[in-house]
Amino acid sequence: MTADNTMAGPIAVSQPEPGIWRERLLRIVDEPLGLAGLLVLCLFATVAVLAPILAPYDPTVQDLGNIMQAPGAAHWAGTDELGRDILSRLIWGTRITFRTILTVALIIGPLGLVIGVISGYCGGKVDTVLMRFTDIVLSFPSLVLALSFAAALGAGLGTAIIAISLTSWPSIARLARAETLTVRRAEYVAAARLYGASHLRLIFLYIMPMCIPSVIVRLTLAMASVILTAAGLGFLGLGAQPPSPEWGAMISSGRKYMLDAWWIAVMPGIAILTVSLAFNLLGDTLRDILDPRHAR
Amino acid sequence: MPGPSRSSDPGRAFFIALPLPVEAAAPAVRRPGYLAMPSTFAFRILRTLGMFVLSLFVLLALTFVIGRIMPHDPVGLIVGELADAQAFAAMRAKLGLDLPIPQQFWIYLQGILHGDFGNAVLTGTPVLQDLAQAFPATLELATLAILLSAGIGVPVGLLAALYRDSIVDQVVRVLSLLGHSLPVFWFAILGLIVFYGQLQWSPGPGRIDAFYEGIVPTRTGLLLVDSLLAGDSEVFWNAFGHLIMPAIILAYTSMAYIVRMTRSFALEQLGQDYILTARAKGLRLRRVVVRHILPNIAVQLITILAISYGGLLEGAVLIEIVFSWPGIGQYMTNALLIGDMNAVVACTLLIGIVFMALNFLADLAYVALDPRTRSGE
Repeated sequence: MTADNTMAGPIAVSQPEPGIWRERLLRIVDEPLGLAGLLVLCLFATVAVLAPILAPYDPTVQDLGNIMQAPGAAHWAGTDELGRDILSRLIWGTRITFRTILTVALIIGPLGLVIGVISGYCGGKVDTVLMRFTDIVLSFPSLVLALSFAAALGAGLGTAIIAISLTSWPSIARLARAETLTVRRAEYVAAARLYGASHLRLIFLYIMPMCIPSVIVRLTLAMASVILTAAGLGFLGLGAQPPSPEWGAMISSGRKYMLDAWWIAVMPGIAILTVSLAFNLLGDTLRDILDPRHAR
Repeated sequence: MPGPSRSSDPGRAFFIALPLPVEAAAPAVRRPGYLAMPSTFAFRILRTLGMFVLSLFVLLALTFVIGRIMPHDPVGLIVGELADAQAFAAMRAKLGLDLPIPQQFWIYLQGILHGDFGNAVLTGTPVLQDLAQAFPATLELATLAILLSAGIGVPVGLLAALYRDSIVDQVVRVLSLLGHSLPVFWFAILGLIVFYGQLQWSPGPGRIDAFYEGIVPTRTGLLLVDSLLAGDSEVFWNAFGHLIMPAIILAYTSMAYIVRMTRSFALEQLGQDYILTARAKGLRLRRVVVRHILPNIAVQLITILAISYGGLLEGAVLIEIVFSWPGIGQYMTNALLIGDMNAVVACTLLIGIVFMALNFLADLAYVALDPRTRSGE
């Protein structure tokens, strides 16, 4: 941490007009890849909401007379080793995926934001301690740590979410701190301080809102890897438990039949890849649009 | 609260303060050790080392906690559910679970320093022995993977930077985002289905065909090295055949990161005046890349490669199970499934320590090789 921690005089960064973010966000229309990512995510979100209507079959009902059917007219994505319709399971699985990423985002977003902003605003020892701690967590192998947390807490979707959250907030905190270091020297913050605004007021009303857009972009990018970690935990049997149609767990059960019935393992992977790629494309594009320093 | 806070960077404070005896007194009295430090360079190295030791300590504390919050009561597992309270208490005392937590932690630390991770439930042998057997397999896989991803990723990243916004750049961008979004265990299954099941180009799962197993004596545990040492090319090529697909699959996922970072490092250099000068005096593009860009981004690349190498060790956990690769990943996964926390904790520690040591070496390389940090700017 060699960043400048001194409170230099105010710099001429004025608070952007409220409309500027909207204007910048609208630029996504000109970015075909980012737009595609956004549309895919909207599509998957719709599927998650409308799962009961869209799914042609019950995702957990077994049909032992119809096991390992190749993809065809009756079962677009085939059936698994217990005769369950894979497409229906995938459709219901979007709910699990979105629940996972939304919960993780709701945990690590505010957590990283608060730690980062407080660290950047207070500076000095608070900053040193918080950032050293962040660096330490950042230097851990997150997947392996999440694995052993999940193993210790007992397998399940809830523990998978906790395990992932515990290891993925540091990048958000670092970003929020970096933003705060710029924003806190802005003229409007100095003006608010002159008017007698308290530290809490400055932090929560003047500085934090300015950090939110970039935190959201970073969250979008983080979600791509959160999906992969969650699927990995599910694949190893530490995420959502059967018969729940979690994509990673579906790959795991399909692995045993991969040479005879490839679709059981392949189909869920396509779903994971699509959502993760969509998040990456969207996050990548948003970063380019919102942060002119980050030239693509 | 905000205010001048020189204490956050004591090294800097010291050297700024050095010509001013009045100010120098404060840090020097509080931390006399700094007086002996010859330069900022040594201080930075020491600080990196301190950070590494601190991280190790936190990792040890975390694994201690993980080992203590296990879902099953270890005492109950050993004495059985029907045992009376006395037997329970005796076993608790024997396992040291009745001691105060700090003392338990101290005993845990001592055990680890002596290489004692307890016995594995599955094999009954000391965990350390199991790890020593499994780790070379993972190391071999991750090492070939990092060689592949660096060997391909760095040139491709340079190309993407040189031909920025061209079709090459766009293709590279999509391919690397794809690699970033792939669930590696699924990609491994896909690889097996296509190249083993359908095309039969690749040998099946496992580290070597059963026919060749145990032919060459184990010296390093790395099959490729062992077979070369024994001069047995047949074993070498068989082991290499088994290794190549998992390594390529693993390499692809980390290549995405290497390509993107190389590209952005190179772009940063390409925008500098000295490149313009070099081009203006008529240097060929290839020469500019080799003589100017590469040396200038070498330090950053080393950092990225070290981080990727650590990431590959982690990624191996997920694909070893697919390829029946007898490494740390498979060992850990099996331990996870039966709740063998001794083994889980030991694997977490081993991967964590290697991972953090690589990070540490990268930081060290950064401090040591970058002239800007050496001059103490």
